[in-house]
Amino acid sequence: MVTFKDFRNNVKPNWCPGCGDFSVQAAIQRAAANVGIQPHDLAVISGIGCSGRISGYIHSYGFHGIHGRALPIAQGLKMANKDLHVIASGGDGDGFAIGLGHTIHSIRRNIDLTYVVMDNQIYGLTKGQTSPRSAEGFKTKSTPGGAIEPSLKPLELALTSGATFVAQGFSSDIKELTAIIEAGINHKGFSFINVFSPCVTYNKVNTYDWFKENLTKLSDVEGYDHTNREEAIKVVMENEGLVTGIIYQNEEAPSYQAQVPGYADTPLVDQNLKMSEQEFNTLLQDFM
Amino acid sequence: MLQQLSWKVGGQQGEGIESTGEIFSMAMNRLGYYLYGYRHFSSRIKGGHTNNKICVRPTQVRTIPDDLDILVAFDQETIDVNYKELTEKSVILADAKFSPVSPEDCLAPMYIVPFTEIAAELGTSLMKNMVAIGATSALLNLDKAVFQGVVDEIFGKKGTEVVEKNMQAIQQGFDVMAEQLGDRLGEWQLIEADGKHRMFMIGNDAIALGALTAGVRFMAAYPITPASEIMEYMIKKLPLFGGAVIQTEDEIAAATMAIGSNYGGVRAFTASAGPGLSLMMEAIGLSGMTEQPLVIVDTQRGGPSTGLPTKQEQSDLMQMIYGTHGEIPKVVIAPSTGEEAFFDTIQAFNIAEELQLPVIILSDLQLSLGKQTVDPFDYSKIEIRRGKLVQNEEIPESVDKSYFKRFEVTEDGVSPRVLPGTAHAIHHVTGVEHDETGKPSEAATNRIAQMDKRMKKLKHVQFNEPVYKNVPYEEADILFVGFNSTRGVLEELQQTLISQGMKVNHAHIRLIHPFPVEEMQPLVANAKKVVVVENNATGQLANILKMNVGGHDKVVNVTKYDGTPFLPLQLEKQVKELLADGNI
Repeated sequence: MVTFKDFRNNVKPNWCPGCGDFSVQAAIQRAAANVGIQPHDLAVISGIGCSGRISGYIHSYGFHGIHGRALPIAQGLKMANKDLHVIASGGDGDGFAIGLGHTIHSIRRNIDLTYVVMDNQIYGLTKGQTSPRSAEGFKTKSTPGGAIEPSLKPLELALTSGATFVAQGFSSDIKELTAIIEAGINHKGFSFINVFSPCVTYNKVNTYDWFKENLTKLSDVEGYDHTNREEAIKVVMENEGLVTGIIYQNEEAPSYQAQVPGYADTPLVDQNLKMSEQEFNTLLQDFM
Repeated sequence: MLQQLSWKVGGQQGEGIESTGEIFSMAMNRLGYYLYGYRHFSSRIKGGHTNNKICVRPTQVRTIPDDLDILVAFDQETIDVNYKELTEKSVILADAKFSPVSPEDCLAPMYIVPFTEIAAELGTSLMKNMVAIGATSALLNLDKAVFQGVVDEIFGKKGTEVVEKNMQAIQQGFDVMAEQLGDRLGEWQLIEADGKHRMFMIGNDAIALGALTAGVRFMAAYPITPASEIMEYMIKKLPLFGGAVIQTEDEIAAATMAIGSNYGGVRAFTASAGPGLSLMMEAIGLSGMTEQPLVIVDTQRGGPSTGLPTKQEQSDLMQMIYGTHGEIPKVVIAPSTGEEAFFDTIQAFNIAEELQLPVIILSDLQLSLGKQTVDPFDYSKIEIRRGKLVQNEEIPESVDKSYFKRFEVTEDGVSPRVLPGTAHAIHHVTGVEHDETGKPSEAATNRIAQMDKRMKKLKHVQFNEPVYKNVPYEEADILFVGFNSTRGVLEELQQTLISQGMKVNHAHIRLIHPFPVEEMQPLVANAKKVVVVENNATGQLANILKMNVGGHDKVVNVTKYDGTPFLPLQLEKQVKELLADGNI
């Protein structure tokens, strides 16, 4: 039987001690083991930033791409091999600044993969500049007078962009986070998972304690129905985005791949490339 | 009888000018003629002058002539813009509807024919193009039966009545014209063709067909002129082969999705033009650094910025060779005919996989969109090579979870390539400098080893016929050098100058990077002058040639960057001016 240890490798992360990303890594490893997949059937595609290093810290196939572009790489891979389990991951700069366009369009497209954002509301690797997720008034090296722009609202954005799976986790609660990621992997479509993953070095406002004080667990909200999109939007707005758990899931919506006309049942990677002479001649007829 | 016919139809964009050219071309193609077309169009859907110029002859043709034999005009602007191309042997056929006026200095006679009126009487003025085709066939003395097959094919699904009406429109156009022509009927008759059935396609069709034949199963692309036809073809055909096309949110997504798919082991590509390629530069670097195969088509158009989006230019050359920050191995190939576009595209996919690097297929607007007759592609010449791809092989399990050496330093620089999903071959891929297993490494010795390994791959490019050569002379007065769609005009001019007693060789570069130094060196050495002809302002190919082969004292440059292709007579004049200046 596969256990989370099978997803550990011998690379030591270069994250700061106490970084929220350690828990995200552990949750992905546990979730993958719980789902019962083999390490070689998992591919983790990541962006650039502290969080982007995660693809190198999990014993699975890993692709550390370019800033903001983890999602298109992940989608191309999934189109090529539908049997692979693909997890894309990156930070809030990756997914909500430079790569925001891909985030929205990936949500709309609904290709069957799992996207985990490690949201620390700051640019860490470049040593402390504002992020689209920084709160208004948040002081950083690039916003010495406080951030002027309002913080981007990823959950509302996802819910209004046609998401079929929206969830949010918190690094301190590995148990809940693991369950969320597991549900995301099992979801037949694009699963969007935002994770509050505190930066202990550059974000002295949104700390572990701050989140513990301010977060509401949806499992504690009586009668919450995560299949109701209106209710999901309402609960997110009422709590100013500070909720954890599965916020919304639509299990009925078919994935992108299920709807592509002619798309093969077997993974494209297993196809024979050479076409027959007869097929070739039929193609030439179009131009005669 | 005419040796070749130069025919043009013009009018407002959106009123069927394109289809008029298309129907006429199809008919001539079925008679066994070779054709070559040029489209003048603007970046708007309706309105604005557009025209379609087609050269027809019984032998291979790959250029548009300077002059026109027949101009079919659906508006006054068509006459005003194009009449300078007419000679005293030419003729204008103009629709009576706009009360056409022939400019005073126009050399050609004008026949006014009620195209629209005849069409309207038959039921719809939309058929005016068929009336014009009928009138044209009177000049050429064509049997209208030629058009029956074409009309059946185009309008067959709309029912027999529509087919009938269109055939009547052709007949009436012929009759009205014949009456006006009197004994000039058939004066523009072409010498006979062999009646053989050949393909007639745009370069983008040939590239798309090549990609499909090469085993592409995935494409990601963003619409842009003049590349979109490639995506549209793949959308039509890939479902028949189980594959898919995603129209992405931008070109960055297109290139990175194609990288993801190639990483997964599926041949995938994207196609765009200059603006899209500029956006893809970082992704191209990722492909080079992570050694993932990637094929990108760049259909060059007028730059910079939005530039001349519907016009001919060849100014992306330098960016394609050098583009992306840092240094990666990259291959740039530049087909110049429909047949080369097909086979070179297949070669591009083979090289991309064999050497695990990005390959750019460089085209230009005239090659991509100009319709041309193509001799049949030989199925037996289609070859698929995947290099060191490890498939269906057992890989021994490692005890300590150490990674597979995906970036192993080897003699030729190419490492064994395993695909995600393979048991016991887990490794990491990153755009960060990395060691043989893909783990990030900043160590100086590793950096040098990996950089050398990657760059070494360029010494192992297996490309069939990197230079197209027509070099009848050991010692030449002139060596013409070009790339992409200037092939035809240079072939034509070479023959003209040879017939005038000059010794002229012609080399057209198909493999732009790495530059075919060995092939070009003797040709340059054995020519008095090297005339590099290219559609850009700065002489990019001439500079590449000088950089790789030298010959600074004998390389001269003819450039053109007004958005239109070179024409044979115009180019002859330019070349002779160069020679007269004591340059030779």
